[in-house]
Amino acid sequence: MKTKKSAYLSPKNRFSLETVKRRRDSQAGIKSKRPAIPYLGWMLVFTIIPLLMVLYYAFTDDTGAFTLRNFVNIADYSHIFLYSLYVALISTLICLVLAYPMSFSISRCSERKQSIIIMFLMVPMWMNFLLRVYAWVLILQSYGPLDTLLQLFGVDVTLIGNTGAIVVGMVYEFLPFMILPIHAVMSKIDNSLIEAAQDLGCNSFFVFRKVVFPLSIPGIISGVTMVFVPTASTFLVAQYLGGDQLMIGDVIERVFQFNHNSGSAIALVLMIVILGFLVFMNRFGDKEAVGR
Amino acid sequence: MKKSVVSLKDINFKYSNEVILNNISLDIYDKEFITLLGPSGCGKTTTLRIIAGFETPQEGEVYFDGEPVKGLPPHMRNVNTVFQKYALFPHLNVFDNVAFGLKLKKLPKKEIEEKVKKMLAVVDLKGYEKRSVRSLSGGQQQRVAIARALVCDPKLVLLDEPLGALDLKLRKDMQIELKQLQQKTQKTFVYVTHDQEEALTMSDRVVVMNNGVIAQIGKPEDVYNEPANAFVADFIGEANILNGIMLRDEKVRILGVELDCVDKGFAHDQPVDVVIRPEDIEVVDPSGAKLVGIVEDVVFKGVHYEMSVRCHNCQWLIHSTVAQKVGEEIGMHVDPFNIHIMEKMFLEPDNTIITEVYYSDKENNTTTFLLEGEEVTIPDTYYEEGKKLRIVLPPDALYIAGDGVGMLDEVYIESVIWKGEHNEIILESDERKWIMQSDIDEQVATYVSLGFDFSKATICEVR
Repeated sequence: MKTKKSAYLSPKNRFSLETVKRRRDSQAGIKSKRPAIPYLGWMLVFTIIPLLMVLYYAFTDDTGAFTLRNFVNIADYSHIFLYSLYVALISTLICLVLAYPMSFSISRCSERKQSIIIMFLMVPMWMNFLLRVYAWVLILQSYGPLDTLLQLFGVDVTLIGNTGAIVVGMVYEFLPFMILPIHAVMSKIDNSLIEAAQDLGCNSFFVFRKVVFPLSIPGIISGVTMVFVPTASTFLVAQYLGGDQLMIGDVIERVFQFNHNSGSAIALVLMIVILGFLVFMNRFGDKEAVGR
Repeated sequence: MKKSVVSLKDINFKYSNEVILNNISLDIYDKEFITLLGPSGCGKTTTLRIIAGFETPQEGEVYFDGEPVKGLPPHMRNVNTVFQKYALFPHLNVFDNVAFGLKLKKLPKKEIEEKVKKMLAVVDLKGYEKRSVRSLSGGQQQRVAIARALVCDPKLVLLDEPLGALDLKLRKDMQIELKQLQQKTQKTFVYVTHDQEEALTMSDRVVVMNNGVIAQIGKPEDVYNEPANAFVADFIGEANILNGIMLRDEKVRILGVELDCVDKGFAHDQPVDVVIRPEDIEVVDPSGAKLVGIVEDVVFKGVHYEMSVRCHNCQWLIHSTVAQKVGEEIGMHVDPFNIHIMEKMFLEPDNTIITEVYYSDKENNTTTFLLEGEEVTIPDTYYEEGKKLRIVLPPDALYIAGDGVGMLDEVYIESVIWKGEHNEIILESDERKWIMQSDIDEQVATYVSLGFDFSKATICEVR
């Protein structure tokens, strides 16, 4: 005898059930795409069209004719490209090293304390980006406060106009973007998971290695992405702190002023490099961090 | 003498000045299924966490096999816990979750694999090794959590309300499965629950806890049949609890009726709590019966009828296989050995305030006095300032006020017991205890704001 259950699961019935469901969804409007229209419009005007314009400029010369010459010119900037990626990598690593233990200890605080600390982390970001960079110029410049202080101890170094100064500026600018995602993930780790690990025989080191670290990987990935991408492409920081040393963002800015086409081409290449990096990070994330 | 695996001796635990456990002593014997039962806030989970090593008591000592374990961190203790919300590691699959403890013990890979496989078979999860724990149902996650604890071969398995998140049907199945698992694995289980039925179903022994103290320890049958006090009787099963007076040995008076009982050794005319289980009341002919009441409500409950009978202003609960008609007069008979007499849990507070008038207002006809540092104003009453007053508040003159509008704030609800016509609530303020009558079910172990209705009070001047 056919049971009720198998009848329910027969293909025909399942089909009808699904059609009913689909119809209901469209009626209820929960899955309807209509509410997304304003956002799609926004994206079209402020993301898609500018991107298409960059694409257009990159493949044309100033008369509007198709050309690949813009890309040939990029070879001149390849060392700056590599240098930018190098600075971005170093800055991201330093941010990670500083932010990870900090996020961990913040996430162990009481909820009240956590929000206060996070607020203090955000306060500098209320100030203008340029002002913050300029503050570092004042601190690091020759005969500035730090230089004077170091000379008192007989240390004579140039603090500004080198890679170190750029990295300091970058780390300062983007550290909150590393702390926030890592902290967000860590504070969500249920305390009972940590207790369960202890209960099963983990000392504090193993609790960290076997539970806290694997569960915080998604935070690390978004933190690294959020720091690496802007550090690789930002401009002004190097102009103020790096002396003659420029980064690719500064190059794009300068080239753009007299040649839209070359500027667009460099921007496009940078975009592709960053996109490649994002894809790589996401695949890494999928493999490593099944836990959320 | 049975061997005790774990003993707690005089454990006191405070959490930011709030007493959670008050002098708890408990022996847990080898291979037994022992349940800590009590309402929320009674300290049962804290007791479990102390055994596991997550909390350290301020006073007292925990012994494992006679050895004190003070300061031993959780990972050094040979106990494993099944957590309330499972606490499975979301980044590991079923196999790795169960193998977690074994891998830390650095067992050979082959052995780990064998043990995990065997344990998954025991909990009926064969073939689920590679599944993500998030794809499992509540009951399956529960079983993974149990397997993860059991596979480490602990001396003691601690279970913290493990079935709380499951639906009723699954919970009933898991109760039986857990009990069978415990018998099969011959492990000592310490189980925490607030569900009295769960406790009675599964346990070898039940520890009933209330307000940080152990109210009673015993076999499920004993705890049900011979509750130690009105709290236990009220918490476990259903019961008619009434205020009585012990006239002399084997003679008690309730609702103005003298009844025979079997208890002895109480003082002459001592106020007591009288507990009668609903199934112990026999329905008899009203003529000649000592207790006569009117049937008010009859509900069919499957095995029996549940009847509510009004007798001397008091509502009695009767379970019987024979239904009576609503509105009918019936007689009730209880065998002497089914009348359980208990000492009152608290010496009944008398709600008397002796105080001096702090100031008074003739125009508005009010008198104000100080109560535990707070000004309390009696309306429509005038006494001169400095006069000594004696205010007696009957239990029904007390009420629970909204936050901030009561006269005494932060009053702790110590017990709530249904006494036939209303709840008898014992409250504790900073300096004293209060007794209150209320028709509302208040939550025990919470803080409320207390108000007084002085129109019901007797106020007189004293010298």
